[in-house]
Amino acid sequence: MSAGESAPGNRASSKVMNRADLCKRLVARLKSDEAVIGGIGNTNFDLWAAGQRPQNFYMLGSMGLACPIALGVAMAQPHRRVIGIEGDGSILMQLGSLGTIAAQAQKNLIIVILDNGTYQITGGQPTLTSRGADIVAIARGAGLAQSAWACDEKDFEARIDIALTADGPWLIAVRTDDKPPTGQTERNPSRIRDRFMQGLGVIH
Amino acid sequence: MWHDILLKVLKANQIRLVAYVPDRVLAPLISALAADDFFTVVSPSREEEAVGIVAGAWMGGTRGVVLMQTSGFATLPNVLASLAVPYQIPVLMVVSERGTLGEFNIGQAMVCRTMRPVLDCLGIENHTIARDDELQFIADKTIQQAFVTLAPACLILSPLLTNSRLKGETR
Repeated sequence: MSAGESAPGNRASSKVMNRADLCKRLVARLKSDEAVIGGIGNTNFDLWAAGQRPQNFYMLGSMGLACPIALGVAMAQPHRRVIGIEGDGSILMQLGSLGTIAAQAQKNLIIVILDNGTYQITGGQPTLTSRGADIVAIARGAGLAQSAWACDEKDFEARIDIALTADGPWLIAVRTDDKPPTGQTERNPSRIRDRFMQGLGVIH
Repeated sequence: MWHDILLKVLKANQIRLVAYVPDRVLAPLISALAADDFFTVVSPSREEEAVGIVAGAWMGGTRGVVLMQTSGFATLPNVLASLAVPYQIPVLMVVSERGTLGEFNIGQAMVCRTMRPVLDCLGIENHTIARDDELQFIADKTIQQAFVTLAPACLILSPLLTNSRLKGETR
């Protein structure tokens, strides 16, 4: 299969895709009850714009913590697939979390990294990924063997489909462009949290 | 011993997930928790990460606690102010207090002075526990209040509670 688990792929040769389009493709592949944790800024803005679901959690601060939050949800609900979506700038702030996820070997956890090589929301300053840091190589080095670049939209969808069924943890990285986000999340944290917990069936 | 009491209080309050960043004083508690099948113990690389994991787990229906040292707490203001407090997520923290009562490292002494002002200005309920005979009550009631009021809370373990040599001398 082209979306095979073994090859890491290559950042330089991966197609530069659109974040909003990829978020729509991701949400379209979900069966219904998967939890999705969106990282701060444009990541969760485009997740929001891709269609709001009660199983989505939108992080308004705590930069870098989408993956740890997703790990916590996945540990609490091992029968539910949990997806954490982070930007490159965010994951670079919390690289240790990749090692924690690997050590925990959380089977129901999927990490998606949207790498545009910039801190887009703060004015487009370059991140380390634009200067040679490769998130997939870092993730593999941290112990996440099932980490790979998606080389185009079809490859992204195929990898998501595998990750939604086969044992993880998975990390799928994509290169994205610098187009502005297509929406904005609401800004009421307790309502976001309340709705998410209802979506997870924890409260009614 | 203080760690036996604290383990029982955590268990009685259905706190099953423990995320810790290592600390010598907490070592006997961490060992006892790891040896008990009731608890799931994870060891993230930073205290922020531990707060994220415990916050996510609580939203998923599992109660957790973050164990750390004073200097580790000092890395947390951003995540407490932007995640735990505004989202009303009851992140329970247990901090072993360093930087006072015989500290030899000036950096630890300085960072210790930031802890209570940070907790107080964020409105986070915090109690310093210095005596064995108050530990069960303070810990149990603080935990209950945190989960009922959906608010983070912090238990600070004073050297007066945790210093076994001191206790040997006073026995």
